[in-house]
Amino acid sequence: MSIFVDENTKVVYQGLTGSQGRYYGLLNREYGTQVVAGTNPKKAGEDIEGIPIFATVGDAVAATGANASCIFIPAPGVKAAVMDAAEGGVEFIVVITEGVPAHDEAFYNRLKRDFPGVQLLGPNCPGIISPGRCNIGITAGHIAKPGGPVGIVSRSGTLTYQALYELQQKGIGVTTCVGIGGDPVPGTTFIDCLERFEADPETKAIMMFGEIGGSAEEEAAAFIQAHVTKPVVSYIAGVTAPPGKKMGHAGAIISGGKGTADAKMDALRAAGVKVGLNPTEAGELMAGIVAGL
Amino acid sequence: MDLFEYQGKLFFSRYGIPISAGEVAFTVDEAVAAAERLGCPVVVKAQVLTGGRGKAGGVKVANSVDEVRTHAGNILGLDIKGHVVGRLWIEQASDIAREYYASFTLDRSAKQHLGMLSAQGGVDIEEVAATDPDAIAKIHVDPVEGLTEARCREWVAAANLDPEAVQGAVDILVKLYEAYVDGDADLCEINPLILTTDGVVKALDAKVTVDANAVFRHPDYEEYDAIQHRDERETAAHDKGLQYVGLDGTVGIIANGAGLAMSTVDIVSQVGGTPANFLDIGGGANADVMAGALEVINNDPKVQSIFINIFGGITKGEEVANGIIAALGRVQIDAPIVIRLDGTNAELGRELLQPHLSETLQMQPTMIEAARTAVALAEGTK
Repeated sequence: MSIFVDENTKVVYQGLTGSQGRYYGLLNREYGTQVVAGTNPKKAGEDIEGIPIFATVGDAVAATGANASCIFIPAPGVKAAVMDAAEGGVEFIVVITEGVPAHDEAFYNRLKRDFPGVQLLGPNCPGIISPGRCNIGITAGHIAKPGGPVGIVSRSGTLTYQALYELQQKGIGVTTCVGIGGDPVPGTTFIDCLERFEADPETKAIMMFGEIGGSAEEEAAAFIQAHVTKPVVSYIAGVTAPPGKKMGHAGAIISGGKGTADAKMDALRAAGVKVGLNPTEAGELMAGIVAGL
Repeated sequence: MDLFEYQGKLFFSRYGIPISAGEVAFTVDEAVAAAERLGCPVVVKAQVLTGGRGKAGGVKVANSVDEVRTHAGNILGLDIKGHVVGRLWIEQASDIAREYYASFTLDRSAKQHLGMLSAQGGVDIEEVAATDPDAIAKIHVDPVEGLTEARCREWVAAANLDPEAVQGAVDILVKLYEAYVDGDADLCEINPLILTTDGVVKALDAKVTVDANAVFRHPDYEEYDAIQHRDERETAAHDKGLQYVGLDGTVGIIANGAGLAMSTVDIVSQVGGTPANFLDIGGGANADVMAGALEVINNDPKVQSIFINIFGGITKGEEVANGIIAALGRVQIDAPIVIRLDGTNAELGRELLQPHLSETLQMQPTMIEAARTAVALAEGTK
């Protein structure tokens, strides 16, 4: 099994007619993802290499049975696109777009209230891959080995790829790899993923990559302590980042001694998590755990 | 993006928040002219994007135009924690009866806005939070529901402000929330929010940070980009559109992806080196971006070696290698380079790089080996 997405997931790409949306939408289809539709109000009725374009997500859902959406449109339009997807009836919404204003992200609270069954992933994330079943977003599918037993959740894109690749080199498969993104208000949190990995029988161990800033890793540590029985390996990027400096991700900023890598690693260790000091070490720790399963 | 105090105050006043009358001045003569128009006493305030102005001598009361001339002359050009004062805010002095604290920011874990209000303002609020947390009244505001005047009134009551300040504070907080949301601010802070001896509540300071991602809704925010505090290297990188943060060490770092770049900074430190910078060149690694990155690093005189750490995902190893080779052909690099290339088609990429390798262009198979080599090279050339 996998979490959030699998071979039955049918995806509509909002922004399939743009250059990025087209490039990754077609790559995802090539991987085997059911890319069933695109949206663009000005190009309804047209198609992209056989993928039909609709005016709204609602139209796409009615015609194709799409149950997930992937958003590639520029930041100013993301807030409206997310609402279009939720109102259109999909259950899972992935926002790849970076540079979405924090106030727009906070507004997605409305999703939780008005559309409690809808799960948002991102913004500013690489997407999600259940290897061999479904790949939504910008992850290179061939660096992930299908089958499990490891589930991955990460705030950073390239570190996620690094993790997938290192596990593949060691012959270890992955059930699902979720890139939650580094923005201040992620739609899907570490805890959302930990909860599902814990419930997924095929996932036997969990890899969690965090970053400095915020308190998401500390909250995840508390959740792991209380609710996760499967072994967890973690790595936190930004151990040596100077306080107050923003490093690339909006989320990766520390201020006033809070949100430091040390504080996060201590919280995770206290929850029984094995913490690697670099991605390779985390991969080796995971290999050790998988060998003992 | 951080705003100067006066920009924050002008921003507040557009939403009807009372501030003292004042003018910005770039020269001593402008400061004097402003004081003549405003009428003494005035306060001469250094405009810098850092705290601790008062202690550094950057805020002075002037009772006469002559004093304005003296203070302005002393404060302009003053170095406050590496920030050189280039402009002043001259404002009418206030008779302060009480100092409060008010702010709005985003509580990331609650996914809601957080308002903080305290009767103990004018000091470091983090210290108040640590020593007397009950002295700060907090409210969470649902972004969808917003903040009503009635809730503001309850909030002000919870903070125990003086009775004569209540109505003024409620008015200001309603407007401050509106400014915070409407202006796409990450932070709107008034410290101190004052009650004057004649019973007026107003913002005596303004700390505003706006979201750079929201510039598309606020084209006028472009002006704030130019005042952000950057060193020479950061300015050069910013002009090339690169994600760069200057650090103090000797190993220059180029990586693709923010997480990998941060991780590279970490691993260089872990093997005993000192990173010169954080530089994220984004997903791909084409020749233009790589050349720009190398130029920025090359201009850092402290750099003694360069560590290029690339993981190919969608971008294949051979494309990365060709990008690096082309970039090296364009930029004359002074420091030795260590490359670590991994991921999709890494072997092909490494084969392409092989004929170019030398004492000054080395390759290592893993991140940690590459970091060790880069650190050794940096120390060897000291």
